[in-house]
Amino acid sequence: MTEIDTFRQETREWLEANCPESMRQPVSGFEDIYTGGRRPEIDIPEQPLWCERMAERGWTVPHWPKEYGGGGLSGEEVKVLREEMDRIGARRPLDSFGISMLGPALLKFGSEEQKLEHLPPICRGEIRWCQGYSEPSAGSDLASLATRADDQGDHYLINGQKVWTSYADKADWIFCLVRTDNTGSKHEGISFVLFDMDQPGVTAKPIRLISGSSPFCETFFDDARADKRNLVGEEGQGWTIAKYLLTHEREMISAFGTAGGKSLGKTAVELMGADAEGRLRNGILRQDIAQYQLDTLAFSATMERVGDEVKAGQGLGPASSIFKYYGTELNKRRNELNLAVGGEAALGWSGERYNDGNVVRSFLRSKGNSIEGGTSEVQLNIVAKRVLGLPDA
Amino acid sequence: MTLVLNEEQLMLQESAAGFLASKATVAHLRGLCDSGDELGFDPAVWREMVDMGWAGIAVPEAYGGLGYGYTGLGVVLEQAGRHLSASPLEASVLIGATAINCLGTESQKADWLAAIAAGEKQVTLALQETGAFDPLAVASTAVQDGDDFVLTAEKRMVLDAQSADAFVVIARSSGAAGDTDGLSAFLVPADAAGLSRARCDMVDSRQCGVVTLDGVRVSADALMGSAGDAWAALERTLDIAAIGLAAEMLGLSLEAFERTMAYIRERKQFGQVIGSFQGLQHRAAHLFAELELARSIVLKALQAVDANDENLSRLASAAKAKLCEVARLASNEGIQMHGGVGMTDEYDIGLFLKRARVLEHLMGDYYYHLDRFARIGGY
Repeated sequence: MTEIDTFRQETREWLEANCPESMRQPVSGFEDIYTGGRRPEIDIPEQPLWCERMAERGWTVPHWPKEYGGGGLSGEEVKVLREEMDRIGARRPLDSFGISMLGPALLKFGSEEQKLEHLPPICRGEIRWCQGYSEPSAGSDLASLATRADDQGDHYLINGQKVWTSYADKADWIFCLVRTDNTGSKHEGISFVLFDMDQPGVTAKPIRLISGSSPFCETFFDDARADKRNLVGEEGQGWTIAKYLLTHEREMISAFGTAGGKSLGKTAVELMGADAEGRLRNGILRQDIAQYQLDTLAFSATMERVGDEVKAGQGLGPASSIFKYYGTELNKRRNELNLAVGGEAALGWSGERYNDGNVVRSFLRSKGNSIEGGTSEVQLNIVAKRVLGLPDA
Repeated sequence: MTLVLNEEQLMLQESAAGFLASKATVAHLRGLCDSGDELGFDPAVWREMVDMGWAGIAVPEAYGGLGYGYTGLGVVLEQAGRHLSASPLEASVLIGATAINCLGTESQKADWLAAIAAGEKQVTLALQETGAFDPLAVASTAVQDGDDFVLTAEKRMVLDAQSADAFVVIARSSGAAGDTDGLSAFLVPADAAGLSRARCDMVDSRQCGVVTLDGVRVSADALMGSAGDAWAALERTLDIAAIGLAAEMLGLSLEAFERTMAYIRERKQFGQVIGSFQGLQHRAAHLFAELELARSIVLKALQAVDANDENLSRLASAAKAKLCEVARLASNEGIQMHGGVGMTDEYDIGLFLKRARVLEHLMGDYYYHLDRFARIGGY
């Protein structure tokens, strides 16, 4: 038996013995996944237990180094672990912005002390993080942000306002872009700091969205305090870190584009009927569905190809620059088609009959996919300038 | 299987790019077109391609080929698409040899595949009968008469009909148009009595013809496989052909795009290069995204042929539909972004538009394949 087979065997046995039955039920959406924190939202009692058991082995973040609370697994072992979890339908024990965004940035730019202080609590699901990026006057033009950090010797005093801060009302700590210098160009003078949200100078106010949910907040800083030891990188290096981190955020969002599930075409046939040859009765809707499915297939193949190119040592090719743009536009198309196929049933806002408005709320929420994390227009600018080398106006 | 080219395929790509860029370019196509060349390709250049092994890339080693598979052939076709290279690669290597390999009897394969791989013979498919590509609509007849069959057909869009040594003719030995049962394939020599061919002058300046079989009598050994049972092997042939043409369209689209980007980086209006305008930049970036999807689906489909993937038809229709869409977009944007000069015969970009439309039609256009993709998907 090869090493990887042994690993698979042991993993299988361990999961079988340790994954609670309730954690083998499918999640209905990513809001179902445990996010941890000081005030965790617990939908199912076994969520913290499952997280704790996995965290003990470093398997909440299996690819991170062991010394920071990860599993230290190789790419191949991570794949085996995922396969074995999928085999029994085991849920991911923990997901958070700490894992998907801050962690990669700290691993690359953080000091050893910062990694040792902040990464293990992320792995154990003890601290929930939020991201302080956008401001009322700094959306697509993020670098024009104005939240100030004044040097007070061993700490900064933070003053200003962030907006679109995901789950700021539920988060324990924030990774935040602040202005430490106003003298140079707008990209200079931005710094990346971490601080505790549980302090008098921080206020988070949820924003109600068109979908009825409130995943985002307005966040106000009034002499909030950030210790200097929690400045990541150098003063003024914030923009570089922010851009690196955004690539991770965009990867996360673009994955929506591959959302599979039941074939839309087959659902449409069930609901709307087919002709004698099995074709969906409305040929015009059918064409839109087919084009959507075709593009989804080609997009998934592109994600696969780019991943394989990286593994083959060819580096991350220019194709990756389209992921955020194309993935989010696909997800919006999917949601438009869900409405068309669902008809009346897709328009219900609340009540059991309408599944609490799942379909239409997801549709409404999807409109934000091509805005958050860099609008489609900004993504196209990036491709035009960085990949195609087209000049500035 | 990983979705990247292997070393052998990368080497093939490099050598094809180098050769075609010097020997079979858009300028050479213009030369053939201006001289009214009957063949539509340069036999000396074709001979060199054969000597490099290209005619046998996908032919199994047992039949005298290289056995590199269709991913290898696709890599060469992509480069041919970039240069609009005129040769029998599509007609005889991609389609003819594949038809014989899928449909033919052991002795037909032994007789013809090695000869195709050696460039001694060319074989092409005679299938389409109406303006539309619709293989099940074949209504030509193959009437059994003793041990012989008598074929009556008028076939269009027969690639390289003028230079073919034999035709794979699809006809009905039973059943009616629309049926999968009853289709038969025959390997008919070009000099068979009652067979005539006429050259058609198509928009892309490539050779293509109408082949008429007026009561052509062939013996039973011309039959490929058994009578009435050709559909499954024909469908596989057509799937492979569609994927190969999609690879060619990928090259064409990439080249049209790159030429267009080069143009908008140079052309100045309003005191600046037009490539600096966001109105063009966003369209260019969107097209780039579509081209990246096109690359992926073509490679996935080519690999599916070599892996004997059971979902080949779905991937074939996906690849051809996607590439029809993308080639259309790339060629249309090519003309528009070139502006007035894009409309002139002097600029090459128009030749990409012309070839794109013929390739879109060949082996089924966007509408044919998107419809088929949906049908296979169960809706």
